[in-house]
Amino acid sequence: MFGYLILTILVFTLVAYFVGQTAGRSFALADRQTHSLPGYHGAFVAVWVGIPALVLALLWVALQQPVIDRLVIGSLPGALTSGATPAQLSLILSEIKNVAAGQIFAEPSPDVKAAADLYVRWQDIARWAMFAAAVALMLLALVIARSKLAPRFRARTGVERFITGMIIFCSVVAILTTVGIIASLVYESLEFFRRVPLHEFVFGTRWEPQMAIREDQVAGAGAFGVIPVFTGTLLIASIAMLVAVPIGLFTAIYLVEYANENVRRVVKPVLEVLAGIPSVVYGFFAVLTVAPAVRAAGGAIGIVMSPNSALVAGGVMGIMIIPFISSLSDDALKAVPRTMRDGSLAMGATRAETMIKVLLPAAIPGIMGGVLLGLSRAIGETMIVVMAAGLIATLTFNPLDSVTTVTVQIVTMLVGDTAFDSPKTLAAFALGLMLFLVTLTLNVIALRIVQKFREQYD
Amino acid sequence: MNVMQQATTSPIEIRTPKMPAMEGRAVSVFYGQKQALYDVSLAIERNQVTSLIGPSGCGKSTFLRCLNRMNDTIDICRVTGEIRLDDEDIYNRDIDVVELRARVGMVFQKPNPFPKSIYENVAYGPRIHGLTRSKIELDEIVTSSLRRAGLFDEVKDRLNEPGTGLSGGQQQRLCIARAIATRPEVLLMDEPCSALDPIATAVIEELIDELRENFTIVIVTHSMQQAARVSQKTAFFHLGKLIEEGHTSDLFTNPKNKQTQDYITGRIG
Repeated sequence: MFGYLILTILVFTLVAYFVGQTAGRSFALADRQTHSLPGYHGAFVAVWVGIPALVLALLWVALQQPVIDRLVIGSLPGALTSGATPAQLSLILSEIKNVAAGQIFAEPSPDVKAAADLYVRWQDIARWAMFAAAVALMLLALVIARSKLAPRFRARTGVERFITGMIIFCSVVAILTTVGIIASLVYESLEFFRRVPLHEFVFGTRWEPQMAIREDQVAGAGAFGVIPVFTGTLLIASIAMLVAVPIGLFTAIYLVEYANENVRRVVKPVLEVLAGIPSVVYGFFAVLTVAPAVRAAGGAIGIVMSPNSALVAGGVMGIMIIPFISSLSDDALKAVPRTMRDGSLAMGATRAETMIKVLLPAAIPGIMGGVLLGLSRAIGETMIVVMAAGLIATLTFNPLDSVTTVTVQIVTMLVGDTAFDSPKTLAAFALGLMLFLVTLTLNVIALRIVQKFREQYD
Repeated sequence: MNVMQQATTSPIEIRTPKMPAMEGRAVSVFYGQKQALYDVSLAIERNQVTSLIGPSGCGKSTFLRCLNRMNDTIDICRVTGEIRLDDEDIYNRDIDVVELRARVGMVFQKPNPFPKSIYENVAYGPRIHGLTRSKIELDEIVTSSLRRAGLFDEVKDRLNEPGTGLSGGQQQRLCIARAIATRPEVLLMDEPCSALDPIATAVIEELIDELRENFTIVIVTHSMQQAARVSQKTAFFHLGKLIEEGHTSDLFTNPKNKQTQDYITGRIG
């Protein structure tokens, strides 16, 4: 039904467009002094007809269900509803809905049967009412909008205003979503900090979140010190950056300055493929291929290392980040005007001198942007570390040791049996908030750097 | 002015004064399959300003860029023939392009100061070629180059500010200062005034006339008036061929070739 309604609205909108356009044409034929082109008259009427009906339909669909539920509950005999908790009520309601949909497991009571019939009837009525209301609204809008059209009517301005409004609406949706996510993070984190004090969380050096969630479980008392988890994240992210920055940057330099067209035609798409590999694939590459190899290599020269070493997770993550850094640096280097390059070469500078002294300084904002974007990725990356890094939070800077990261901890806390009011679960939100703050800070720094240098180098 | 001239007594003037500073012999240039320059032979006389004129796409810039092998930076470009600098073919295998470009400097159409301070812009060449042994010497080169480019008085208090903050005309003079800081023998200028207003243009033209005492200058220009004002020798290019060359005054008052006459009287181009 809703689909038909949308279709009807579309048809009406189209008709409205042609009505408006025809009117506009007739104005144009009669008089050269019309304000707007016929297309704008058409679009104006179409907007008037289509948008209110669409909004009405969406609101109707959103509000219909609760109203009908309320009506059906109200129709039930008092004996059934009096003294029932909301949970029991919703149980009765879902039974009614099941019966209405024909999914009957046991013979329902006559009351429920009657309510189900009522439910079906209300739904039918609501559907038709929605249809009728929408069509009436559209007809009304068509008449009003058409009556507004006149040779000097500013249909173009009206359409322009609609487009502005739509654009604002879209950006507001994006912003509101962000605000909503942050709000839920902050809310749950506050719940967490009510149970675990903030200073214990921020400065604690022990992370043992596997506490009992029921009385009969045997588990640790729980310790929520975030420092070892963050050092793990930073260790792995630093290793990743140590791999990705030099390789990515030098790849970009090679592609921009040294490679000829043929090489570039092959290498660039290959790098893009690297960027397209899902991180879970990198994850099992790390676990199944790199980790055993690194461990064997370590064993051969007498180094004992853990199978889940930070080195492996960070190294593989670095490979994943290479395309980010190389492609952003590539863009930044290419954006340096050719005249700079020519100027330096014409001074008798070699290509390497030109690169180091002129191109890199000029491209630094873009390159820094790429590096910090890569770092944000490294810190927020989940899949590789879930698979290749450890679960135990050790406070260490030894890359051969097993460490855990913030993202890994969030995952392990939220999978499996969880109670939503236990600090263990809520800690995930606190960690998420911390992670968000860290990456936000990095992004702000990146923006700052880019702005600062842009002023200087334009 | 006097101090400046003493400082720049270059060794070139001691060499055979009659020999041209540079000479192109049967130079042809190809961009891929397309030929851009046909058998151009042209001598660049020492301590003179030679101007290359002609309509857009006539090959004058291409020829200019052959003189310090800037065409090397274009992958598909191929040069045949010979270009001599002090009796050495610059397209010879033994020639080090880096050294060549230190001897044949270039100023571009659009001012292109590096994103560095004014001081660092001028010090760029001397630094990469190791021309100085101390900071004092470097300071001296920077100062004298800026002075010779007629820019020193305007920027002496802000040598550490970015060169990109200067006006267009100042930027172009900064680029000239940068080019002469390596003490080149020849200075190539590719339409150096086309991005500048008339006042800045007049300043640069005056500067070119002064620089002639110490450098050999080749200038590509769209403006025939400019060619007439600054140059001693003029070469007219059309469709990739050198049509006519000669003393500037002769070429403009008494062109031998019909095409040259048409161009300078404004009938083609």
